Amino acid sequence: MKIHEYQGKEILRKFGVPTPRGFPAFSVEEAVEAAKKLGGKVWVVKAQIHAGGRGKGGGVKVAKSLEEVRKFSSSILGMQLKTHQTGPEGQKVRRLLIEEGADIRKELYVGMVVDRGTQRVALMASSEGGMDIEEVAAKTPEKIHKVFIDPGTGLTDREATGVARAIGMPESAVGEASELFKKLYKAFWEIDASLAEINPLIITNQNQVVALDAKINIDDNALFRHPDLVAMRDLDEEDPFEIEASKYDLNYISLDGAIGCMVNGAGLAMATMDTIKLFGGSPANFLDVGGSATAEKVTAAFKIMLSNEKVKAILVNIFGGIMKCDTIASGVVTAARETKLPVPLVVRMKGTNEDLGKKILKDSGLPIISADNMAEAATKVVASIKKKAKAKSKPKRKPVAKKKIVAKKKVAAKKKVVAKKKAKKAKRK
Amino acid sequence: MSILIDKNTRVVTQGITGKTGMFHTQTSRAYANGKACYVAGVNPKKAGESFEGIPVFKNVSEAKEKTGVNTSVIYVPPPFAAAAIWEAVEADLDLVICITEGIPVRDMVEVRDRMRKQNRKSKLVGPNCPGVITPGEIKIGIMPGHIHKPGRVGVVSRSGTLTYEAVGQLTELGIGQSSAVGIGGDPVNGMKHIDVMKLFNDDPDTDAVIMIGEIGGSDEEEAARWVKANMKKPVVGFIAGITAPPGKRMGHAGAIISGGKGTAQEKLAVMEECGIKVTRNPAEMGKTLKSVLKK
Repeated sequence: MKIHEYQGKEILRKFGVPTPRGFPAFSVEEAVEAAKKLGGKVWVVKAQIHAGGRGKGGGVKVAKSLEEVRKFSSSILGMQLKTHQTGPEGQKVRRLLIEEGADIRKELYVGMVVDRGTQRVALMASSEGGMDIEEVAAKTPEKIHKVFIDPGTGLTDREATGVARAIGMPESAVGEASELFKKLYKAFWEIDASLAEINPLIITNQNQVVALDAKINIDDNALFRHPDLVAMRDLDEEDPFEIEASKYDLNYISLDGAIGCMVNGAGLAMATMDTIKLFGGSPANFLDVGGSATAEKVTAAFKIMLSNEKVKAILVNIFGGIMKCDTIASGVVTAARETKLPVPLVVRMKGTNEDLGKKILKDSGLPIISADNMAEAATKVVASIKKKAKAKSKPKRKPVAKKKIVAKKKVAAKKKVVAKKKAKKAKRK
Repeated sequence: MSILIDKNTRVVTQGITGKTGMFHTQTSRAYANGKACYVAGVNPKKAGESFEGIPVFKNVSEAKEKTGVNTSVIYVPPPFAAAAIWEAVEADLDLVICITEGIPVRDMVEVRDRMRKQNRKSKLVGPNCPGVITPGEIKIGIMPGHIHKPGRVGVVSRSGTLTYEAVGQLTELGIGQSSAVGIGGDPVNGMKHIDVMKLFNDDPDTDAVIMIGEIGGSDEEEAARWVKANMKKPVVGFIAGITAPPGKRMGHAGAIISGGKGTAQEKLAVMEECGIKVTRNPAEMGKTLKSVLKK
């Protein structure tokens, strides 16, 4: 789970990590009030969205008067902030953080993450603060210093001061920096963080070491023991499809292709997406229905996929284990009926009760295209879109093969039905 | 022969009285020698009771003492699963297979650290995995037994259903499996590809191995480098997630491309470099394996 910078800083403060004073604001008035409360002459108006790169996108401004606080707040609040992490459409800014201005002498970097190789929390620090750390890691890896923290002892004084010196902390600030690292680790560990990044970590002209930014992610698996952190979840920052899916315990991630896919198992779901791509299509989503899909879950999955306007066809790929193919087939039939199935549907089923499942699909009378293996399924689903597009763009032109005419007629008939239903719906409204 | 488990393995089920534990104990018991292999269950609150004739003990140590189990399978809910792993490790079982999905990473960091520091002998498979099967002998976990066929190809994989996919393809081609190991999709887990690969290399009854990986981390690369230097048998591979966007967690907690690392392309390139025959088409995992078998 991701949280906002101001929430991350609230957490860090609790653990004694020095941060600038600041208040969140949800309106321009609140922003001005916050600035007044802070006092001083310089304030920073910071857009609060879950993506990084906010400064470059124009989401962070330094204000030198209350008028400027008002001006910047009203321009940033409500803007579609575009950064390298938001995608081209950007993310709407609904919250601000108003902070006292900082007196920066030097910018550095410190981050923590669970390292898979050593199975420990890794502290990473660098003298190159304020920059994209991934770029630093790629271009000048020698400028990143790492410590793999022993969970038994925690971050030791020796390790902490060692890192502080290695990243060029002036001797007078080494003590403060190493304290900060230790507190950051304590926070990371106790809140079950999966990522904590302070970029930049600054040294002020008064030699204070301060966390000027805070990016914290929490391990979803551990949320059950942190109700206070769960309360920090901001649904406005999440994909509406993904939120809807999570209600049904479906693992869903939006992508930008045209083929919706529903699969059981994360690995197989990824492999299905890859196969679609391999055969010339593009997946509209990742969707793992998990090991215990019910008809209700499958129907929810279909509705979520179909509410995405980009979806032009659906591919269902199930390897029945504990989950039986006939259960899934019944679910698919129910879902297809309930959603009126406006797009072609290809189903590939394998494993437990495969034949029974296939029979249910066939007997349903629904225009479900069946496939025996993943490659065939992908080929068919890609072809189904092309066919539909052709039927749409070239009505009544030169003689085509019989098969194609039949297909066209089917599509045309379906279209009529859909059109009629749409008309009915419109009337009702 | 096989790796990790065979018909002589004696299993204790931790969480045998839960819904999942009951169900999978039943199906695993019904497979091959399951009846003889599943001899104990654990639930501290229900010690002295029994589940379909399997005695329930208060802890793993007691189960070991009374029944001689050497392997544990864990279906305990996530908040208590790491403690269950430790209980089995402390009882010095040879193998601990944790099926549970959704264990906090911090809990796994702690338990793995303790295992290393105390130099414990138990091997851990999982968590968040389908388990291990030696076809025709014993099944420990949630995989469908009937798609497997006894034979001489080893399978190691990070994901569940994708493993079934590979196994299903092999069986359809008439190629049996020596053992199939699902190592799980979590970032901090027990055995990795490389550890399982070493066992397959030493197993006289395994002729070739399918290694299935996914995006995130660098375990596949490490295994590939080891294969290049040491492996005496052909290995074929597939990596799921070529189309996965960076920064998004693809279902498994470990399946995420971060900092530009752990991409499928990168992994496939290293594997190819190391002499592993890779396919980018998951429908052809079986076929690819067949192509490397000696005629």
